Amino acid sequence: MRVAIVCVVGLLACAGATRRAERHAADTVTLRGSDTMVVLSQKWAQAFRETRPELSVQVSGGGSGVGIAALMNGTTDLAAASRDVEPRELDALRARGGEPIVLRVAVDALAVYVHEDNPLPSLDVASLRALYRGHATHWTDVGGSDASRVVLYGRENSSGTYVYFKEHVLDRFDFAAETQSLPGTAAVIQAVRHDPKGIGYGGYGFAHGVRLVPIAPARGEPAVVPDERTAIDGSYPLARFLYLVLAEVPTGATRDLVTWVLSDEGQAEVEGAGFFPLPPEVRAAERAKLEDAR
Amino acid sequence: MSRGDRWLAWGSGLALAIVLFATSALFGVTLFEGVPRLDLAFFVEAPDASMVGGGIAPALVGTALVTLLMTVAGVPVGVATGIWLAEYAPRAGRFGPRLAVLVRAAVANLAGVPSIVFGLFGLGFFVLFVGRGLDHALAEGAPVWGRPGLLWASLTLAVLTLPVVIVTTEEAIRAVPDSLREAALGVGATRLDTVFRVVLPRAAPGIWTGVVLAIGRGAGEVAPILFTGAANYLPELPNDPRDMFMHLGYHVYALSTQSPDVDASRPTLFATVLVLLALAFLLNLVASVLRSRARRMA
Amino acid sequence: MKLGRVRTPWWHRAIERLIALFASSAILAVIAIGVFVFRQAWPLLIDDDALTDQGGLASLFRPRLWPGYDEPLHVWQPVGFPGKLDVIPLVVGTLKITGLTMAIAIPLGVGGAVFLSEVAPRRVREWVKAAVELLAAVPSVVVGFFVLAILAGGVQRAFDLTYRLNAFVAAIGLAFAVVPVVLTITEDALRTVPRELVEASLALGARRWQTTLGVTLPAAMPGIAAAVVLGFGRAIGETMIVLMASGNAPVMGLDPTSSARTLTATIAAELGEVTPGSDHWRVLFLLGALLFVVTFALNELGRWVVLRLRRKLRAEEVAPVSGRARRATATAEVAS
Repeated sequence: MRVAIVCVVGLLACAGATRRAERHAADTVTLRGSDTMVVLSQKWAQAFRETRPELSVQVSGGGSGVGIAALMNGTTDLAAASRDVEPRELDALRARGGEPIVLRVAVDALAVYVHEDNPLPSLDVASLRALYRGHATHWTDVGGSDASRVVLYGRENSSGTYVYFKEHVLDRFDFAAETQSLPGTAAVIQAVRHDPKGIGYGGYGFAHGVRLVPIAPARGEPAVVPDERTAIDGSYPLARFLYLVLAEVPTGATRDLVTWVLSDEGQAEVEGAGFFPLPPEVRAAERAKLEDAR
Repeated sequence: MSRGDRWLAWGSGLALAIVLFATSALFGVTLFEGVPRLDLAFFVEAPDASMVGGGIAPALVGTALVTLLMTVAGVPVGVATGIWLAEYAPRAGRFGPRLAVLVRAAVANLAGVPSIVFGLFGLGFFVLFVGRGLDHALAEGAPVWGRPGLLWASLTLAVLTLPVVIVTTEEAIRAVPDSLREAALGVGATRLDTVFRVVLPRAAPGIWTGVVLAIGRGAGEVAPILFTGAANYLPELPNDPRDMFMHLGYHVYALSTQSPDVDASRPTLFATVLVLLALAFLLNLVASVLRSRARRMA
Repeated sequence: MKLGRVRTPWWHRAIERLIALFASSAILAVIAIGVFVFRQAWPLLIDDDALTDQGGLASLFRPRLWPGYDEPLHVWQPVGFPGKLDVIPLVVGTLKITGLTMAIAIPLGVGGAVFLSEVAPRRVREWVKAAVELLAAVPSVVVGFFVLAILAGGVQRAFDLTYRLNAFVAAIGLAFAVVPVVLTITEDALRTVPRELVEASLALGARRWQTTLGVTLPAAMPGIAAAVVLGFGRAIGETMIVLMASGNAPVMGLDPTSSARTLTATIAAELGEVTPGSDHWRVLFLLGALLFVVTFALNELGRWVVLRLRRKLRAEEVAPVSGRARRATATAEVAS
């Protein structure tokens, strides 16, 4: 008997819930994608909600590829990407009928982390490549003093950071099979923090309790420490833009959100998440892009 | 006691001691590190955007909602299956016992399917097949049903927990003495009346044990909801069964792998784990109390 | 003797039909899982265009000389230029971790069960069983967290390992999930051994330990085998613990102190990102289908052993024990 009552109550609850669902899509913006950008997106969601309490922003991660794939099959309004959107992906988005818009929304410096006690003075991009391709296996191979084996930490292949690293550091070759893939930048940091022999890569802003290795663009050139200036002026070799991707010209709440992200308030959140705000001229260009696409 | 006996006792005792030590270490460390962070605010506030401060309210509510929907969808089916197996299959002619063998085989295998495969199934069946199908049928422009959400995650978990409910229900019903059934049938009750008015009330504690175990299982599973509805961060509560939701287990995973500052979020992480563990402990306790009541009744 | 029955009202019949209909749900669910997981992988098998980038379906299992490598290798790097989908490293990783897990879990589970059923007094047994049940109820994400945050560092220091996250610590974590399965079913199996057998052995002058090792354990062997098989199935299918603790590097080779990437962790880590319908997506579903088939087979094997055990017991007419045997089967069925 009690079972029957539970059934009936359940069915009623379901029916009620479906009816309430009518006013769904208009006041919710969904944002999926880059894990690197999850915290930034969450900060944006939280701050945006303070200015527009009637709207809600759903954030979820999974990686840049997830976000763009979700954009293709229409399961998200916005995709966050920490790598360039591939032409193939743009074509797939166009095939949906709209013209996709890719907005630069922040600047990130991809930092290389080692343990705080690791004396390694600096690395050039070629040595970094040799390490992660498995061609150099010991610290002494890359100018370190420690004779032990290097333990490589990296990101899952769903992350934009993984693809960016593969393209810009590894010259599109593969990671050594021994590279441990961890599911988030935090896991990489934690691993390196506890591992005197470890090396990892990830967003500049995540680095706590690890040492950032200065990176030289090529052998013999001066190594550069990542910071706001070197990331924005391009002297740090591993600086990149972070993007928000739209499948078509945005309307309503989605448009309000991206416009707000490019505003002073939106950009003010960027630093708190460990990235750098856009330089003024880039910001102006992105706002114009949004205006023109009306 | 001979020397061999002592060896056996010590050797096997050591194995058990290791298991118990590991269990208590897990609980002990979590308690020790988690308790200082617990206060009322932790339970009623949303996490802040950096996942360092704030509470776990949305994850608590999300977990409660997903298990509630799961129970509503799964338990009636599971209980009905248990009733059929125990009460009807043996009497359903030539066909019944054979079907019962198949059903039992299916239940056992369902229990053994890896949870990540349930995740694939939930995505392939509920989200892409049913959800997309609904979108096409209702001619929605953008996918409304065909995306991960609370409803699909709940249904996936309902399938996952079906075996627990079925097995415990069947056991509980079988434990009811036949004399009760015969008495009811003897005074002219129909089979259905007998089942619902005589057998089920007697078997209720046993059935509830299964329900509670299923809830415990459903509340702790993360793999099946990875692709079917869980969100990293969603300070608002879901107000629609198609919304995504936060989940305690998923929150533990996200906190331990994606927090921007591991040191700063460590207390929050331990406190969240503590809440999840306490929930599992509590449900387990309720289940054993119910089970001992069921034993006493039988 | 039966008196004339009251006519059953039509709606009673209707509800009974509905109950029978619901009862087939478990069968439908198993079929649907198979069908809908396999459906996404199916085009790989029939479509000639599938996996052309890397040389057709057989390339999933064959080493190949990829650009940038010195020798033909099995490589799992699905996102790359081009992507490389060779599942052998994942199978190797899964077997490595699962094997290690069983090496830890079988001695602990069987040993613990022997202690409970042969040595421990009744009161202790009740308490310990409750604790083991509690361990079984700990969500796997919590175990994964525990290994990642606390255990891994300690194990690395204790054994001076190169890798903090490796197959060995992942196996320790997995043992948390597998030991309760092995222990519970083994204990039930030990307690279904007929008392007469034990008493006969003792009466013949055998010591307690001789009886345990020589009579009780062999007699319970089918049940223990079932426990191992079901534990193995649990270990292969577990996701969150290995995802968080194994380091997830798709290395070949069986060194327990190096990392490993399992089938389950691969699906969990990658499926969220891939484009639906791509080769990568289909291969991940194929891995899921493979897991489904393997665990299905293991389950059937374990069940077959338990059922045989039960039939044997019933044939021997050991009335007071058969109830326990049935509970053993039930535990075996829900345990995983």
